[in-house]
Amino acid sequence: MLETSNASARIVQIAFLAIAAGAWYAVTTTGNISPLLLPPMDRVWSALNTLLARGQFWPPILITLTTIAQAYAIAIVTGVLVAYLVTRSRFLTEVFEPVIAGVFSIPITLFFPVFILFFGIGPASKVAYGATYGFFPIALNTIAGLSAVDERFLRSARSMGASSFDTFRHVLFPAAFPVILTGLRVGFFISFASVLGGETLSSAVGVGRNIALAAELMEPARLYAWIVFVILTAIVLNTIVSQIENRRRDY
Amino acid sequence: MSALAAKAGSETPPRMTYASRVVWTRRGVIAAIAVFFEIYGRTFADPNLFSPPSTIVAALFQKVFAEERIRDAIWITFMEVSVAYVMSVVFGLAAGLLVGWTRPGRHAVYPIILLLYSIPQVILLPLFVLIFGIGPAVKIAFGFTHGIFPIMVNVIAGMRNVSPLLLSGSRSLGASSIDVARHVYFPHMVPSLFAGLRLAMTLTLLGVILGELYVSTTGIGYYTKLFAERLDPAPLFALISVLAFMAILLNEVVRVAERKFTRWKR
Repeated sequence: MLETSNASARIVQIAFLAIAAGAWYAVTTTGNISPLLLPPMDRVWSALNTLLARGQFWPPILITLTTIAQAYAIAIVTGVLVAYLVTRSRFLTEVFEPVIAGVFSIPITLFFPVFILFFGIGPASKVAYGATYGFFPIALNTIAGLSAVDERFLRSARSMGASSFDTFRHVLFPAAFPVILTGLRVGFFISFASVLGGETLSSAVGVGRNIALAAELMEPARLYAWIVFVILTAIVLNTIVSQIENRRRDY
Repeated sequence: MSALAAKAGSETPPRMTYASRVVWTRRGVIAAIAVFFEIYGRTFADPNLFSPPSTIVAALFQKVFAEERIRDAIWITFMEVSVAYVMSVVFGLAAGLLVGWTRPGRHAVYPIILLLYSIPQVILLPLFVLIFGIGPAVKIAFGFTHGIFPIMVNVIAGMRNVSPLLLSGSRSLGASSIDVARHVYFPHMVPSLFAGLRLAMTLTLLGVILGELYVSTTGIGYYTKLFAERLDPAPLFALISVLAFMAILLNEVVRVAERKFTRWKR
């Protein structure tokens, strides 16, 4: 039963892709749409091949991935640390949690020009911007996770002589892990999207910069080639993250 | 019962309740942060990059609200966000119901929507500008595509949680499709739906602001960029606080609607 429904779902999904591709082909060959907005598929394909053959993807990709990794690492460390400090008492949690949640409801994007002012147009401003955006979901989820840990676990760990680091390492963190994991996942994609966004808005290097450049130079084939490449990267990253998540959950 | 409460109250009259202690500590923390930034802004900070809160408040009235162009820009951003949001609610609900209604929809189309949702949309922004130009259309369109996904996803997720027993039960009692939507699906997906509506509001705002920061000739995003480039931080932070206020206000609207629709729960 389950297998047949999966198979039919696959068929519908493949049909969906085929219809989208067919529509793209039909619209561009009949010439109903300006090639500036939607270039023919073969032109995008050859642009993709050219970029791959000349190795033009790799330097920007490397810069962008390094930026994301730095931003995400900072977001994790600060987010978990702040959440740990805030959840030291129920009182502190109730005081600070709404403040952090309130700041997160403001679109931090609006501060982007401030990040550029402080850190310049190099990767540093994107690291700061991505880390700031990623900090909030990680901190909020970690607060939620840590404050839901049963008080009895902590008391028994302490009565058995665990230090605060031991308690965090062996009791608090594992107990709160599923909720923290959700925050880490959301934080990752927010960092990912904000770094790309920062690069698109104002940057000298990186993937986002190349996308904006292709659009400014009116080279739609190259623009689409970059977009296809980023979408594939996003799908790969998404799959990796869900794999890790599933494995950790099983564990 | 009330006598007991009165007695408990009379025994400890001057002490604050726990809840009000939380609230006042929170206010104290916020005030302390403001004081910290005031001192930092007046002493160490580079005046080209940062302003103390008192200067920001002054700039709010002298440079932001006083200028007609900026008042118009605030209004334009508000309108763009509202239009984009209403569009994403209407189309997101319709598309979500359509997909969530049938089994093939839930099994085949829902993963596609989830996949599309995971793509960082900002990489499409240059393309949106090619298609829609630099006027309000591109910002509304970008806000709309940001807002529609969380609504669709949450509507479908909410509908998946409805027990099939309730559906077949209501159908066997002669409920029409509209009855099923109104009386079975809707009450069940309210929590999930409103989570989606709140997220959609944040994302719509994000989409509109991204559009304004990228290329635009007006709107809050355009003026924040302008003030940042002019190294004029006081009106910059004042504008940011206007938008923050707008975000909180719009969030409150959704929250009030949620309370209205979940009244039967309490």
